[in-house]
Amino acid sequence: MSEFFAMGGYGFYVWGAYGVTALAIMVELLALRARRHAAEAAHAEAAAR
Amino acid sequence: MNLYRYSSPSAFYPVAGKLVPWFGWSALLLAIVGLWIGFGLAPTDFQQGEAYRIIFIHVATAWMSMFIYLVMAFWSALSLGFNTRLSGMMAQALAPTGALMTFIALWTGALWGRPTWGTYWAWDARMTSELILLFLYFGVIALRNAIDDDRRADRACGVLALVGAVNVPIIYFSVQWWNTLHQGSSVSMVAAPKMAAIMLAGMLVMAIAVWFYSIAVALVRVRCIILERERGAAWTSQLTEPGKT
Repeated sequence: MSEFFAMGGYGFYVWGAYGVTALAIMVELLALRARRHAAEAAHAEAAAR
Repeated sequence: MNLYRYSSPSAFYPVAGKLVPWFGWSALLLAIVGLWIGFGLAPTDFQQGEAYRIIFIHVATAWMSMFIYLVMAFWSALSLGFNTRLSGMMAQALAPTGALMTFIALWTGALWGRPTWGTYWAWDARMTSELILLFLYFGVIALRNAIDDDRRADRACGVLALVGAVNVPIIYFSVQWWNTLHQGSSVSMVAAPKMAAIMLAGMLVMAIAVWFYSIAVALVRVRCIILERERGAAWTSQLTEPGKT
């Protein structure tokens, strides 16, 4: 298992690439969810009036 | 079925909503399969060691970064030519995901280049033009935010997106036109791939996963944009009723 994470000495590069990719995708998905909630809330407010 | 009907935001909104889970879950499933092939089945590269496993995301996102730009330019052209609302919204929805793909391609490329070429970055034609692509995406997003009137923003961003589209073939052919540190393509439509079949399979599965992810995210974002821009229009009052979205 630790051999897998070591990636033959390239662990920093491989996991640095995959980790930041995962992080960037998480940020996009969370930002998008916040935007959707804001848009739906503003919309529901306008519809209630 | 009249497809033109779906060119109106009101008709497209529910359709997009129905498509999102299909593309989203397919993307997740394909990413799991692609990573399993990439890390579980594909062997260690005899020249690059384990570092080559970065290409499974690098190639997929680099392709996507260029393709999203072309799609964005296509919608921009429609928006400019026909002045349709949904086209401008589609172009607007694609820019952030395109920028994300470009960033990931640059980042993973740097982390791959260091162990393989000995440097994180070089100002060669491929990398420089990909960096320009990132700035083009940022430019489109910034221009959009700088203009209050949505339809004017559509036109301004449309012109910028179309002018910037010349950069995409430059990125793609840069490795042939100039002497670059970045190697030529390993996968081509006209020649046998220069890599093991299992590595190629992992790369293609990841590429499709990135495609589906981008489609899902762009559809969610275009729905947000429709709500934001069509606020006050009569049809949107039906949207938040349960069961209608």
